[in-house]
Parts: sequence; structure tokens; C-alpha cells
Amino acid sequence: MADKYYITQHCSIEGSRISFNGAEFFIAPDTAFADFAKQAYRHAGIDYPKFFKMDNLSKLSFLAADLLLKDTVPDGGNNTALLFANAASSLDTDVKYNDSIIDKENYFPSPAVFVYTLPNICMGEISIKHKLYTENSFFVFEAFNPEFFANYAAILLDTNKAETVLCGWVEFFKDEYKAFVYEVAKEGSLEHTAKNIQTLYLS
Amino acid sequence: MNVKNVYIAYTNCITPLGFDVDSNVQAIANGVSGIRLQENSTLMTAPFYAGVIDSDKLNTAFAALSDAKATRLEKMMVLALDPIIKKSGVELNAKTALILSTTKGNITVLNENAVPVPDAYLHQLAQNIVDFFGFTTQPIVVSNACVSGIMAVSVAKRLVQAGLYDNVFVISGDEVSEFVLSGFNSFQAMSDVPCKPYSANRKGVTLGEAAAAALVTINNSEAKAKIAGDGSINDANHISGPSRTGEGLVRSIESAFNEAGVTAQNIDYISAHGTATPFNDEMEAVAFNRLGLNEVPVNSLKGYYGHTLGASGLLETVIGLESMARNKVFASMGYDEPGVSQPINVLAANLDTPVNCFLKTASGFGGCNTAVVFQKVNNGR
Repeated sequence: MADKYYITQHCSIEGSRISFNGAEFFIAPDTAFADFAKQAYRHAGIDYPKFFKMDNLSKLSFLAADLLLKDTVPDGGNNTALLFANAASSLDTDVKYNDSIIDKENYFPSPAVFVYTLPNICMGEISIKHKLYTENSFFVFEAFNPEFFANYAAILLDTNKAETVLCGWVEFFKDEYKAFVYEVAKEGSLEHTAKNIQTLYLS
Repeated sequence: MNVKNVYIAYTNCITPLGFDVDSNVQAIANGVSGIRLQENSTLMTAPFYAGVIDSDKLNTAFAALSDAKATRLEKMMVLALDPIIKKSGVELNAKTALILSTTKGNITVLNENAVPVPDAYLHQLAQNIVDFFGFTTQPIVVSNACVSGIMAVSVAKRLVQAGLYDNVFVISGDEVSEFVLSGFNSFQAMSDVPCKPYSANRKGVTLGEAAAAALVTINNSEAKAKIAGDGSINDANHISGPSRTGEGLVRSIESAFNEAGVTAQNIDYISAHGTATPFNDEMEAVAFNRLGLNEVPVNSLKGYYGHTLGASGLLETVIGLESMARNKVFASMGYDEPGVSQPINVLAANLDTPVNCFLKTASGFGGCNTAVVFQKVNNGR
């Protein structure tokens, strides 16, 4: 790797709690995700009705990314790549969609559900909101993989495919969820290393 | 920065047209399609067209190789990978990775077992393939809708270029399942005849299934092509429809061209996505025109295989590399009369022409696009 890169902001969403750059941003104890997401959306002052059509994985990813991108201008000039990954892919919605076709007496496949049976859709939602004509890629690993994030984000920056990278681990299955999304840039103070990524992920 | 060259070498594919590259190319050159009318009520109540691999043939081929327990998709993937691992002689050490691309993996297991099902996880599918062959590094799964197969090649190239690995085996696969059939049907995106990419008479997608495999490597001795440039840029427009201006595809191609140091004039052939939906094919025609690629011979191989989802990008690259090696590009099956608003050079018949540099593109749900430029290597092959 030619250059050093830096983690400039980070956001975690887990257990009805959102933290932003290490400080608590929003909490709604003992709230199921659907309600929590709605409350968090209002708390963040987001006005984007499409949010309510999204599946859980997209809502989770969108909320985290929106905090990190809130100060950027959606003019199409922002070269922030999206590098996302998880363990369950879109399995949360896959199971719901499968339930809609498994019983031939009660068969109601919906295109509005089917489209979310792909994990990369959450990046599409973020790209649309923030007008990111940028590199997008979605990966699946058994567990959080800080080495891969460190390496692949550095490749995107080293090769000038991106100016900054939004890295996201976004996991949702059956109301168990965790999002850890952070920004990597060419300048900053906290070095973008696997060790630092892991520390923030666990914090 | 000293940029390493990265190559694509051994390839293979398991499709309804055959279980090796030569039989597939032979069939395509002879105008044979793998798409058939399927009457299988466990997949869909009404008969439908799809490119489906014969399960008996698959089981026989797999049994000749192994008595391990494997799902249908795993058998396809193992059969695609096995010969190239053996032929390449590449050691499965710390500098050798496996990248697996798929959209739905073993999704059919949801119907067989109580949820959550370990085998429904894509990383478990990848782990099963890793365990079968004895890879020693953690598998990397790319799941990025219909660009997954070609994005996997791009990711492999980037990881090798960065020096993280010397060799990356890429395996791509997806199955025709009730899950995807019902989904595309709910979008009213399925054609009631075998798909007709770019035609005025196109009526939508025909689905297919396949596994394709390739070795992406730092070693040029057996290279079929250099992977010269790549880009995967989002449309930022709509999650289930392509941008009308082809913005993401245009930018992906520009990114690949800039890296490869080529212009539209250098491209001898485009292996495009061509799903035969009205909007996709139109979007591609707009994008190719914006880039001055409108006269370059272009085809979609969906008329031979149907849309094989996470496999399609790599499968179509495998065939594109054969066009390069043989200097022969194939007719875009199903094409009869022009059906896009801006002219593009869709191949109505096979064409013998030098192919020194070709462009592979794909686009998919979520607004994703990938473009990769392949250049011929003068290594005597």
C-alpha cells in the first residue's frame, strides 16, 4: 500500500441505540426495530418518504450512512465509494419473500419485497439519496472482517477509484441487527488499520 | 506507483450447453440455445422457458469426481472449478484466494429445513467449496445482483494487483429456482418466448442457470487476456430500473477505459448485458452511444443461456475470451429487428474479426453496473 489512510467518522447502530463518533446519538430502549427505525429517522430530522418502503437491511444501512453523509452536498460530484459487507446477505427479507410463495393456497409474491432479496440494494438506496455515482460493492463473510475492509478501501483510494470510502458492516436477521459504518479519507488522525477498525467495531 | 499486470488464465463452465468450454463454444457457434420450454410444476405452475441443467447429467458427472454430499449448485460449482485447479497446478497456499459470486446461493434449502438454515448463508456455501478443494485462505463472497460474476473478476484483479494474492480462483453460480422465477414473474419481467435481446420484439427476461470459473493470476504464461481496467459505478437513480441516461454504465466504462489507457476506437467487441427487458437494453444502447461505441460489434449471450444472474458476468467473459482467442464473435441469438432508440451494432450472425481488446459489461438491481476491459496477451497462445 502506497499511502496511509484515516478513519474520519464512524457510526454504530445496535440494540436500539445509535452512536456517532463515540457519543450516543439516539436511544430507544426495548424498541423493536420497525419502531426504532421510525423514531431514529424522526430524531435525525430526515425527510425522505422512500425510507418507509425500504426493507430492514436498507433502513439500517440508510440510517447509519445518512449520519455520515449529512454534511455532503448531493450534487453528483461526491466520489465516496460504498464498500459494504455482512454475514446474512439479504436473508431476513429472503425468508419473508419465501414465506409468501411457499404455500400455494396463500401465494402472494410481491415485486416490492423481491427487489430487496439482494444485499446490494441498501447501497443503491444510499446512492440514490446522496447522488453517489461511485464505486459500489457488496461482500459476504462469516464474520466482521476488518482486514478486508482495510485492504479493499486502500485499493479504491490507491487506484483513485474513489476519493473517500464509506465502509459498512450491516447485519440484519430476525430483529437481531448491527450496523457499523465508517468513513475512510486521505487525511485525518486515526489511522485506517485493521486493529483500529476492530477497536471501533467493538466499542 | 508500479502497477502490476494481472491476467485471466484457465476458464471453465457448466451450462445446459455443455460441461466444458469447448462444447459451449461449439454449440454457440452452431446457433444452438440451451433455453427450453420447462414443464416443472415444482418450479412454476405454468410451463416457462429457461436454460436448465439436466440434473441426471450433473449427478453423473459429480459422482465420477466425488461421493461427497453437495447441493445441486455446489455440484455445478465444484465441477466448474475442479479442472482448472488441477490444470493450473496452483498451490492452494496463503497467496491463493477463492472468490465466489452468486445472488441467491443455496436459497432452495429454505424450503427443506427450519429457518435459520446454515446452508442458506452464502459464506457457508463458499466454505463448502473451500473445504472441498482445501483452500487455506478465507473465501470472499461477492453478492452484487446481476453484476456479481463480472464484479468478482474485477475484485480478483484488484486484490492481485495490490499484492495480497498471486492467484485468485473465481467461481460464479446461480440456479433456476421457484424463488427467482416467482420474483421475476411478479415484476412481469419474464418473456413468454425465449428472450430476444435488443430486438423490437423482446418481451423480457428468460432465466437460466450455470456455473463458471476462472483463474485470475499474476502469471502471464497461460494467460488468455490481461485484465486491463475495470469500474463498478452506481446509477444513483432507481433500485429496480436502470437509469434512462445509462449514467452508471457510462461512468463504469469510462473508469475501465481510463485505467486501461484505451478509447472506444480500441474496442473490437462488446459482450453486453442484454437481458431483453425493454428498459435494460434501451439503457445500454444509450450508454454505448454516449461513448461512441455504437459501431462496435455487440452481442448478448442471454439468448443461449438465459439470464444466469450471479454467474452471467463470468460465464459471458469465458465465452468472450474464446471470441478473442478464435477471432470470432457470435450472433446475438434472438435478435431479429432493431428495437432500441439509438443504433448499436448487434450481431445478427457470427462474424470473423480480429478481437484484440473487448469490453464486458453488466448492470443490475440496486442501480449497479460493472465494466471490464480485456486485452490480448502476446504470449504465443
